[in-house]
Amino acid sequence: MYNFEYHKAKTIADASAMITQKSEAKLVAGGMTLIPTLKLRLAKPSDLVDLNGLPELKGIKREGSAVVIGAMTRHVEVAESAEVQKAIPALAHLASHIGDPAVRNRGTLGGSISNNDPVADYPAAVVALNATVITNKRKIAADAFFKGMFETALEPGEIVTAVSFPMPEKAAYMKFPNPASRYAIVGVFVAKHKDGVRVAVTGAGPCVFRQKDMEAALAKNFSADAIKSIAQKQDGLNGDIHASPEYRAHLVGVMARRAVAAAG
Amino acid sequence: MTARLIGDPVRRKEDRRFLTGKGHYTDDINRAGQVYAVFVRSPHAHAEIKSINTKRAAGAPGIVAVYTGADLVKAGIGTLPCGWGVKNKDGSPMAEPPHPVLASGKVRHVGDPVAVVIAESKAAAEEAAERVDVTYKELPSVTAVDAAVKPGAPQLYDAVKGNLCYDWHIGDKAAADAAFAKAAHVTKLDIVNNRLVPNAMEPRAYIGDYDRATGEHTLFTTCQNPHAIRLLMGAFVLHVPEHKLRVVAPDVGGGFGSKIYHYAEEAAVTWAAAQLGRPVKWTAERSESFLSDAHGRDHVTHAELALDLSGKFLGLRVSTLANLGGYLSTFAAAVPTYLYATLLAGTYTTPAIYAEVKGVFTNTVPVDAYRGAGRPEASYLLERLVDKAANEIQIDPAELRRKNFIPKDAYPYQTPVALAYDSGDYFATLDMALKAADYAGFAKRRDDAKRHGKLRGIGLATYIEACGVAPSAVAGALGARAGLYEVAAVRVNPTGSVTVLTGTHSHGQGHETTFAQVVAERLGIPIDQVDVVHGDTAKTPFGMGTYGSRSLPVGGSALVKALDKVEAKGKKIAAHLLEAAEADIEFKDGKFTVAGTDKSKSFGEVALAAYIPHNYPLETLEPGLDETAYYDPKNFTFPSGAHVAEVEIDRDTGVVELLKFTAADDFGRIVNPMIVEGQVHGGLAQGIGQALFEECRYDPESGQLVTGSFMDYRMPRAGDLPSFAVATHATLCTHNPLGVKGCGEAGAIGAPGAVMNAVLNALSTVGVSDLQMPATPERVWRAINDSKAAA
Ligand SMILES: Cc1cc2nc3c(=O)[nH]c(=O)nc-3n(C[C@H](O)[C@H](O)[C@H](O)COP(=O)(O)OP(=O)(O)OC[C@H]3O[C@@H](n4cnc5c(N)ncnc54)[C@H](O)[C@@H]3O)c2cc1C
Repeated sequence: MYNFEYHKAKTIADASAMITQKSEAKLVAGGMTLIPTLKLRLAKPSDLVDLNGLPELKGIKREGSAVVIGAMTRHVEVAESAEVQKAIPALAHLASHIGDPAVRNRGTLGGSISNNDPVADYPAAVVALNATVITNKRKIAADAFFKGMFETALEPGEIVTAVSFPMPEKAAYMKFPNPASRYAIVGVFVAKHKDGVRVAVTGAGPCVFRQKDMEAALAKNFSADAIKSIAQKQDGLNGDIHASPEYRAHLVGVMARRAVAAAG
Repeated sequence: MTARLIGDPVRRKEDRRFLTGKGHYTDDINRAGQVYAVFVRSPHAHAEIKSINTKRAAGAPGIVAVYTGADLVKAGIGTLPCGWGVKNKDGSPMAEPPHPVLASGKVRHVGDPVAVVIAESKAAAEEAAERVDVTYKELPSVTAVDAAVKPGAPQLYDAVKGNLCYDWHIGDKAAADAAFAKAAHVTKLDIVNNRLVPNAMEPRAYIGDYDRATGEHTLFTTCQNPHAIRLLMGAFVLHVPEHKLRVVAPDVGGGFGSKIYHYAEEAAVTWAAAQLGRPVKWTAERSESFLSDAHGRDHVTHAELALDLSGKFLGLRVSTLANLGGYLSTFAAAVPTYLYATLLAGTYTTPAIYAEVKGVFTNTVPVDAYRGAGRPEASYLLERLVDKAANEIQIDPAELRRKNFIPKDAYPYQTPVALAYDSGDYFATLDMALKAADYAGFAKRRDDAKRHGKLRGIGLATYIEACGVAPSAVAGALGARAGLYEVAAVRVNPTGSVTVLTGTHSHGQGHETTFAQVVAERLGIPIDQVDVVHGDTAKTPFGMGTYGSRSLPVGGSALVKALDKVEAKGKKIAAHLLEAAEADIEFKDGKFTVAGTDKSKSFGEVALAAYIPHNYPLETLEPGLDETAYYDPKNFTFPSGAHVAEVEIDRDTGVVELLKFTAADDFGRIVNPMIVEGQVHGGLAQGIGQALFEECRYDPESGQLVTGSFMDYRMPRAGDLPSFAVATHATLCTHNPLGVKGCGEAGAIGAPGAVMNAVLNALSTVGVSDLQMPATPERVWRAINDSKAAA
């Protein structure tokens, strides 16, 4: 680990100012991604601005037909929240399958989506549920937030403060975990909304994406059978020692069908 | 008086310490004035070192010293020795290129150390290490063992032709060929034994220290065998005589073989401490462990089994390429030869066996013994081969095994590959395992699974291992460069408590309990009156350490011999005190009694008399009651058993779920069944890990280690494992006093074959007949697809 200056942010504005002033400064949330990177000397931030200790970034509340979750809410809190379990059980289920207990006790929603790891779980929920990402500056629609591998719409100095998840009619998330790291090799979040079906795929490609063929088929007939003959193309999908693009493409179909079946 | 102790599940004496966080590991030790070492390691698999410039590092804040290979050569430091020499088919010695402490001239694997940086803090040392400027000229590399023997492959050593360390063989080729000539059926198999990374929970850590007043060097080390490290490092590397070198292995958090070997970092910190007059500490990062702890397995094998019409095995031919890595590690040469091919008879009467093994250098971390060491490779190969034969000639796999088992009354049984088994009953363990696994009821379970869309399979494996290493003269004749006896001292204290000093080392095995049970039962004293001390050359007399399931068979036997001496001397003292003839004294339940009378002296009274010899036969007997014994085993021990696995496969994803695992093992006499069960569980987890999850992978182009962290190297986890059903059936070892055989490696030896046979049994219903370990989801899915495509 290289040396850095540590700051505990007192307000969101304070945190934003600090990361804007120092070009090499970084926010730290749960630290589950950032700290290992520092320990391996792969990142050399001049300053770390700690978001822990900002109560306004924490918590889960119901606002009309949406569940709003603060950026600093830990995965375990989402998994165990009675509110989330009632309103969007698929989201609680997703959170309960992130990494291992240590990761769930530290990792945060804001950290996960800001990092936008191609194999992270939350991006699938944000996109399939058509959530709105709320920052200290604006509101960003899910489809506009995730830009590419480790890339988001966040601008310098912008901090995710919360995510607002509209309640679907029904939804389910099916994940095929990487056997070693437990990240998603393929994760498919299927959500049926009043105005249509959204199918978001994570893990398979460089960034979360919507499987629009499946969405169209499911809008007509929300059943596993309806998407049986839809083959995910393997072009552009990720390949590594755990899963080739071909296998990932196959798993997108299997996980999507299982998600639809689970959503009921 | 304490009741029966040998055979009781006595709770582990050491657990209070470990469970309350009071264990004392090497990294917990800090010496006054300590400085920190960080190693600069090669980022390349194969490269020439053009230059090393340490100037920028030498100017870094907090820097104490920087040393390179050239500095060590200048100081006359030797190279890391290999403890076993293997001969080629033509009788010539194996190629033994030097293994420098810090690479000089060339680097031969990613992680090969090229310099050591020592600084006032670890952070400062890390910072300075980045400032060591090494210029490399990259060379083409080769990491796969079968690629390394191909013509035109990159060559690691100028003096080693074709990367071949040795081309060795065993058995009778003509007899084997004759068996194949008359065979009714021949089963052939190409099989890979996947490379594994040991991953002990505690990473390697060392502290070198030096006392300028006495000239004594001390090394604190995470090792399994402190006396062996003292011998190897003192005599071959640092040229320090034993009486000036103390090696301490305090609590050690797991080894599995990977902590047997003498590693470069041990020598470097010990030497540097003397240069600097300050203690030097190094603790591996986990990613460094992946790049520098000796790996295990990594064989590519072609095997053929000849059978007659009735299914009797007539002959076996095996040809193996064994990956040795970039350098010869301490026992590397022996593992794929004498610990592997000598086990190819398995539990069977196969009369003619011929095996040839090529030991091959590659641009990978050195490969050496890992839990089971050679024996899992042999057992996996045989059991896959036997199952394949059973399928081909359409006979139940259990039946085919029974048909070929060595009969119960055939012991001692001389195999065609050098070993003489002393005892065993493979029928009994197989029957036990099949019954416990409800083998007979499998068909129904398979049909039920089919209704749920799952492929269900059952698989079995029998195994034999040669443990209790080793009779020194035999090992010496086969190339061992050390004795393999064991040592124990029983120091009876004046008030009758006992301190046991052993040359074996416990790093998870529970010796402090098991050895104390043996002593407490023999001397008739409470177990809390017995303390077991190990792991410090300044305390314990001598010993070769712990590996090869040898601690109880060899170390325990030394302990019994020392107890014999204590008892014999105690009788002399008691005879004097009781005014009786020595021959009339009996020792039982902690009392020396004059036979046929009620005249007796307790063990404590005799001990006290030995140390306060006021009424004592001083003319004929020395005071004191402190006896040491060396025990050299007469033979190996031969634990054996049968394992049964049952799996279900999700056809859509290829995921294998292990539903049941049953083990029936013969470990000879059991001293502590709870500890034995724990050892079996751990071994099974590792064996199952090899079958289903673990695979160390190198990128074939760049030679980079792809599975360099737990994010990619898939360890088995508790949630992957069913509740094991384990049982034992004892046939006693005939040549050691406790009748024990050893149990530490069995799980890792039997499990891979049982699990893979179960996987293949499940897949046989969809036309798949071959699959290599590990049976990962994509590999299984592909096998199903490929067989669909072929059909
Ligand atoms: C062993 C392991 C297994 C894992 N398995 C999974 C898994 O199965 N599925 C999964 O989805 N994830 C997994 N993760 C990732 C983990 O769950 C976290 O979501 C992830 O590490 C990021 O969250 P964090 O709170 O730890 O962020 P940090 O590591 O603190 O930060 C990550 C990045 O986001 C930035 N950041 C943090 N908060 C904000 C904010 N509010 N606004 C703007 N930028 C911000 C930081 O500056 C940093 O660049 C795993 C991690 C580990 C170590």
